[in-house]
Amino acid sequence: MQQEVVLAMLAKEPSHGYELRARLRDALGPLGETMNAGQIYVTLTRLEKAGLVTCERSTGSADRPDRKVYALTPNGQQRVAEWLAEVSWPKPDLAEFHLKLVAAAAAGLADPLTIVDTQRRELLRRLRDAQRAALAEPAGSDAGLLLEGIALRLQADLRWLEACEQNWTGRRSGP
Amino acid sequence: MTDGAGTSVLRARGLRKHYGHGEGLVRAVDGVDLDVAAGETLAVMGPSGCGKSTLLHLLGGLDRPSGGEVCVAGRRIDQIGEKALARMRRTAVGFVFQAFHLMDELTAVENVELAALLAGRSARAARRRATELLEQVGLADRATFLPSALSGGQRQRVAIARALSNEPLVVLADEPTGNLDSASTLDVLRLFESLHEAGQTLVIVSHDARVAATADRLISMRDGTFVDETRLTGGTSGKLGALAGLEG
Repeated sequence: MQQEVVLAMLAKEPSHGYELRARLRDALGPLGETMNAGQIYVTLTRLEKAGLVTCERSTGSADRPDRKVYALTPNGQQRVAEWLAEVSWPKPDLAEFHLKLVAAAAAGLADPLTIVDTQRRELLRRLRDAQRAALAEPAGSDAGLLLEGIALRLQADLRWLEACEQNWTGRRSGP
Repeated sequence: MTDGAGTSVLRARGLRKHYGHGEGLVRAVDGVDLDVAAGETLAVMGPSGCGKSTLLHLLGGLDRPSGGEVCVAGRRIDQIGEKALARMRRTAVGFVFQAFHLMDELTAVENVELAALLAGRSARAARRRATELLEQVGLADRATFLPSALSGGQRQRVAIARALSNEPLVVLADEPTGNLDSASTLDVLRLFESLHEAGQTLVIVSHDARVAATADRLISMRDGTFVDETRLTGGTSGKLGALAGLEG
């Protein structure tokens, strides 16, 4: 888990580790199920060492024994503000696939259209999974919105594969 | 693939539809074999002009083939008379179109019950069925609205209710989300999903991968023929997290 994500989840109020986990689970839905619980604590320890987070023991209660409460330091708050203002976007790795097609065709090693078909099948299966998960979420859920994003990206990738197919079909029937 | 006509709701063999002749001959559907099993959701995907809508019209008896066979529930429909064909369309098949095709001057419930009335049900039975169906598609509170007072997604749900009105063996949907925004598309897909779970046989034709991905099986169509078939069930769970930027 990225440090800034854990940091930002703390921005609402000082919290226990398990509360952070619950917030992440709500926001991620089925995608949060595979989350490693220990990872958050490792990240929190790192953040504490970096002076971005403080940690205090709460007195606890009968059902919730002594537990640590984490809070942002002023430096931590500043880091969250910076992170929120940053523009970052994961880069799709299209060049590798594109070069695969070009190289396969140039060397006559494989039919680019077969490669496109195989890729399309895999993306369609993923799209089906994402869509089923999205449809299972109640309308307006945070996790549903994330799944919608995955589905829209896969849809865009599939449209690009259509363009690949048309292009390589054209070349094959060409001179 | 399927063991006889008993489990095949729709079956086509060597199906062809050609328009024009000579230089201007268009092979819209050009020798297609297809079996749709009971309870299956099948998607046919392809670019516009690939022949997928024509195929759907042939399967539902809205259009006559130039050659080949079409069977609905084991019965050939490509050579039966107009009257028998019209009866088959009313009772065995439900259609859903991109442009909804609702009657503008009828309310939602009247649009839905019209199909049952045309199939010979009593006014009372037709109204009861239409009311049930509107409830099923989540529009019970819109029953007395005219289509013009409904959103695109709501209109399409009324059209789906109408398609279900005579408990068809198969629902044939032609670009059912083509005129809808993202949220309405999800509503319609959710509805198809619940029909699928209830055992309804569905054939959906679309150029939209999101719609196609709701199916059990996907056929890709180009220039009037099938070029690829993919079974989408038995997926890839676990990889979605990576797609969202989450590790393992």
